[in-house]
Amino acid sequence: MSQSQPSTRRLARRISWETILALLVFIAVGGGMLLNKDFLTVENWSNLLANFVEIALMALPLSLIVITSEIDLSVASMLGLSSSLLGLLWEYKLAMPLGILICLVVGALCGALNGFLIVRFRLPSLAVTIGTLALFRGFAYIVLGDKAVADFPTEYTDFGIGTVPYTFIPSPFVLFIVLAAIFWVLLHHTTIGRSIYATGGNQTAARFSGVNISRLKMLLFIASGVISALAGIVFTFRFSSSRADNGTGFELSAIAAVFLGGVTVQGGKGTVTGVVLSLLLIGIINNVLTLADVASEILRIVTGTLLIISILLPNLIASAQERLRLIQRQRELAKLGSLSATK
Amino acid sequence: MMTKELKSTSAGQGCLNVLLRSRESNLVLLIAVMTALTTSLNPRFISPQSLKDLMLNVSIIALLVLGQTVIIVMRQIDLSISSIVGITAFLSGTLFINHPGIPGVVVVLIAILAGLLLGAVNATLIAWGSIPALITTLGTLYIFRGANYAWVHGRQVNAVNVPSSFLTIGTSTFAGIPLLTWIVLSLLAVFAIGLRHYIVGREFYAIGSNPNAAVLAGINVRRRLAIGFLISGAIAGLAGALWLARFGTVDATAAEGIELTVITSTVVGGVAITGGVGTVVGAVLGALLLSVFSSTLVFLRVPSFWQQAFQGAMLLLAIAADAYLAHRHALRLRVKWSRV
Repeated sequence: MSQSQPSTRRLARRISWETILALLVFIAVGGGMLLNKDFLTVENWSNLLANFVEIALMALPLSLIVITSEIDLSVASMLGLSSSLLGLLWEYKLAMPLGILICLVVGALCGALNGFLIVRFRLPSLAVTIGTLALFRGFAYIVLGDKAVADFPTEYTDFGIGTVPYTFIPSPFVLFIVLAAIFWVLLHHTTIGRSIYATGGNQTAARFSGVNISRLKMLLFIASGVISALAGIVFTFRFSSSRADNGTGFELSAIAAVFLGGVTVQGGKGTVTGVVLSLLLIGIINNVLTLADVASEILRIVTGTLLIISILLPNLIASAQERLRLIQRQRELAKLGSLSATK
Repeated sequence: MMTKELKSTSAGQGCLNVLLRSRESNLVLLIAVMTALTTSLNPRFISPQSLKDLMLNVSIIALLVLGQTVIIVMRQIDLSISSIVGITAFLSGTLFINHPGIPGVVVVLIAILAGLLLGAVNATLIAWGSIPALITTLGTLYIFRGANYAWVHGRQVNAVNVPSSFLTIGTSTFAGIPLLTWIVLSLLAVFAIGLRHYIVGREFYAIGSNPNAAVLAGINVRRRLAIGFLISGAIAGLAGALWLARFGTVDATAAEGIELTVITSTVVGGVAITGGVGTVVGAVLGALLLSVFSSTLVFLRVPSFWQQAFQGAMLLLAIAADAYLAHRHALRLRVKWSRV
């Protein structure tokens, strides 16, 4: 009896969040197959992967930022700004590669502004990025007003909606695969990754062990800006549309994916694998619901609920464990007490 | 004894200093300067009609600012208010459509109750689920709005569906001031006194300035957090009913995005986002400043697309100013205590 309890607990500890997510992904795939026979077709998976590519891109740097116990709510606004800017530059007949480059640079500047305010003035990232959420979306409206630009060259829009030759993988998704690999190596196999965990775990300890926290956070916010701008460019080509309100509300899905992926609010925990799996899970759920003709407003409810559950569930598990530990300790104490009484 | 002496010697100077340094007087000054400048460029800016419009525009935001102040003072945030306003506004409209002849008071009470219920969802998740307020209310912002879209389903409440007696709340005036503004002013008085002179109010501040110390002082933090989000929800419910009275037309997008205006007003009004600091009077003045600023932009013929960017910039400026003031205050305290 006393032998079996610790071993089950050890087993429970070994079942990582990633394993649970992988299982959930399998269950979702199975459910999708049962619910709809179109689910496992090549076209549908091509659609499924393409539909969450922008959110997946933004979730990568965001998860690193959350691991350092900061947050970036302005990602969707940077996406909108980059998309509008690309449209404006194209309207002014600027060569497309140059336009793309300018968008990425502007994204970097936006991220740098976030980083500067957070690092230099030690302002809470939550407050700063609520401010820049409004500011960058405002810039997008200043850039493009209520106009829409749609006449993008076909070689670029073909990239947006096309697939990698001989596969069902959408071309923009390749960007995500490459970046996910880069972020995986960065977080799990470099000193930068270790210092990200250290900063999230205990900022003071990290500073005393020689981590340049300011530079680290600055870099992460700039990366978030650049990749959000990239997501804006992908969005523009995928829908062949540049509007100031592009991607409004995407920050919810990105943040939901990050937290569902096992990154904790307190920071210091989480893996790239977990985030990728949770993105896949959200993508599949959205896809299955869309195939079942569920309205898009229900999708919003589902994403919001997933976000809350992804934090509520670990909290409930943790408090249950805590209570169990307390009960066990009380029992052990009682046993000790009875032992000493018999002596 | 010693503290008394210290106070008495610097009393005269202190009063002036406090007056100059207080956020409220600075805001009043800023509003006055902005009004004077715009009036000199366009005298119509202070015509009775545009003043009435200004008061009407600021009223609903100012009302929501009251609830948000309670929340931010506790170092929390409530992003979901705009969705609550949207739902309760449409709810009030459908009540008038489905039950012709229903008294306006009942509709307002039902709207407040609905807001209270939605606030209870936030309160439960935050206080007893231990989910950070930001995450919870970001989630419920979308859940409530999504539910609203699903429920409204492309329908619309029009002014013809609403009894004119109810619509007059949004248009009529009493002693030159719109009725809507009177409602907000009376609630402002309640909140100002409640936060300043009652234990509940002081405990909100205590939780915001140091949550751990508040727990040690015997404050039931969870319950206070829950009360805060209930208040915020109820206020949003009232604001929803008044939204219908003010605009008459309500669809699924009603009040979308106003949470940013409300939070910006509150923070510009001196309620520090780091908690524990600020007054409702300041916060409402912040809302007034923002409203004057945006009508200034309109009068100066600045394209309306610039509004949101300005709002974001003002929020950032206010946060930075608060942090700078807190930093300076901490330095001054350190110098003062090193002398003692």
